[in-house]
Amino acid sequence: MKRHRLHMLVCGGTGCHSQDSEKLIKALDILVKKNGYEDEVKIVNTGCFGFCEKGPIIKVHPDNIFYVDVKPSHAKKIFEEHIVKGRKVEELLYEEPNFHQKVEHQRDMSFYKKQHRIALRNCGLIDPENIEEYIALDGYLALGKVLSKMTPMEVIEIVKKSELRGRGGGGFPTGYKWELTYKNNNDVKYIICNADEGDPGAFMDRSILEGDPHSVLEAMSIAGYAIGAQKGFIYIRAEYPLAIHRLNVAINQAREYGLLGSNLFDSNFSFDIELKYGAGAFVCGEETALINSIEGGRGEPNAKPPFPAESGLWNRPTCVNNVETFANIPSIILRGADWFKEVGTEKSKGTKVFALAGKVNNVGLVEVPMGTKLRDIVYEIGGGIKDGHKLKAIQTGGPSGGCIPEFLLDIPIDYDSLTSIGSMMGSGGMIVLDENDCMVNISKFYLEFTEEESCGKCTPCRIGNKRLHEILIKISDGNGTEEDLERLVTLGQMVKENSLCGLGQSSPNPILSTLKYFHDEYVQHVKEKICPAGVCKMGKSEKELKVRIEN
Amino acid sequence: MKSLEELKEIREKAQKKIDLRKLGDKDDIKIMVGMGTCGIAAGARGTMESLLEEINKNSIENAYVVQVGCMGQCHCEPLVQVNYPNKEPVLYGNVTSEKASEIIKQHILEGKVVEALVIEGSVHKN
Repeated sequence: MKRHRLHMLVCGGTGCHSQDSEKLIKALDILVKKNGYEDEVKIVNTGCFGFCEKGPIIKVHPDNIFYVDVKPSHAKKIFEEHIVKGRKVEELLYEEPNFHQKVEHQRDMSFYKKQHRIALRNCGLIDPENIEEYIALDGYLALGKVLSKMTPMEVIEIVKKSELRGRGGGGFPTGYKWELTYKNNNDVKYIICNADEGDPGAFMDRSILEGDPHSVLEAMSIAGYAIGAQKGFIYIRAEYPLAIHRLNVAINQAREYGLLGSNLFDSNFSFDIELKYGAGAFVCGEETALINSIEGGRGEPNAKPPFPAESGLWNRPTCVNNVETFANIPSIILRGADWFKEVGTEKSKGTKVFALAGKVNNVGLVEVPMGTKLRDIVYEIGGGIKDGHKLKAIQTGGPSGGCIPEFLLDIPIDYDSLTSIGSMMGSGGMIVLDENDCMVNISKFYLEFTEEESCGKCTPCRIGNKRLHEILIKISDGNGTEEDLERLVTLGQMVKENSLCGLGQSSPNPILSTLKYFHDEYVQHVKEKICPAGVCKMGKSEKELKVRIEN
Repeated sequence: MKSLEELKEIREKAQKKIDLRKLGDKDDIKIMVGMGTCGIAAGARGTMESLLEEINKNSIENAYVVQVGCMGQCHCEPLVQVNYPNKEPVLYGNVTSEKASEIIKQHILEGKVVEALVIEGSVHKN
């Protein structure tokens, strides 16, 4: 077997893919083959590197060179300079926004320095469409270990001991969820992977599925063994075509290698996985609505109890876990609960992936230990605020979360600290806002979203969110009163307390948190009819606004 | 998949195809081959191929080969420089394909500098 001297890993995640990374890969591949370098150089299509701001990305091994913003037209230069002559292409190196210095190596980039990758461990390192590359990095070893050496209860104990909590937002302890489902006796049980990632701006689940699909398949099989299920479903948004394609490739390869199917590792355990496509309804990320949708019913939540662990899919005990939660499992099994617990805070162990977006220099996907300060994420990993503007707030948790003001940036983030300041971990969306963002408008944006996405089953959510949205429109149109601000609070509380599922129980959070931390801004809107950020038109026409600016 | 052993076998084979991606950290041995026009004309490509082949044959996991531009001493191309972490670099000259495998055997596997090949008067000779 020939050993290559150089591997060129080109990001093929959705972000880079949409910027022609596939053409780039083809162009490089053609040049390599045409010039007889295919025994020396390998071009690999990988998953997301996380550094989406500067995509498409190329990482060159073993030189450890990191190229950014690479276009298909650069292929020739990269080939001639780097592959043939061994010279790096200076113009494609990353420049740190704060020091204006070119950085050659990935390990020296501040975007990566503070990251700690468990869930994203293989993203950007392996070819997701090649099961052997996953196996090379200890893939399926955890499943093999579980099936050859452990009882289901031992598996559950490790996960419990690791204190892993659900990464989809709720933060429920995963091990307990498994145990509850395990204890409900039934000949048929189900594992469901919730890949209905719906928060605007969040794309960590998509990236894991695109970059390392086998980690999720392996973890689902492990979970299936632990709770006694033979069948798993991945409920994935139909809007994720690349993730669906890679999952299908991965499932077929796993079946070929006998890593899905009957009598895995010569045990009595059989397991298979099927994909179910979501039609893009946000509420279907809620587990009971998701189950209804798989069954072919309307995507509406049910009252709990009964919990899915007792009576879920087709009334059988069902365990629903999120993609990122699953991605943590193989490492926990292989390295142990204590290893996992070394990282994190007292009540939130391990790491969390955040989708960093908004007015920040380095937009992308970052995985950091629980307990990392927001300030470090924004200023070190994120490279600070764009164009020298001033940070105003950070929105976390998507439509269920809230806005965190500048003075709270130094709190270590975990499930509980975020909840205590009126926001939420959610699935890990993190949107950076600067002084040009109006907090009333941000609330309006999220309420418009939840109003539209409310399934309409329960009244508080169906009508409450509509009224909340209307009040916000009124305020941003310049017709708000001080009573409206009070109404937002009382109505918001009512919706939170009386809604059936997590959607309504958290949808007023964007309003309540901005009202708490940016009360003055609301008051300016209703009393002085001024939008300090200059976003809300306050009922004025474009022409009037123009006159005002010119004067 | 019938057993853990079977999986591990596949893993061993697959690892060889991607272990290159774990290299490049500060603790690995870097072997540089001068591939400027002068180097290429003097046969540096053959030298590099021989280095790679020898590394592969001996399953060396802590060394990697990188092409670099002209290193200056064009009169004794092909040039090969070996960088051990935290050590002075060693510059070899006139490294033909046969001599290249010598460097891997002696310098990388046994840790002994191939004195006869070190460039006379170079800053690396001590």
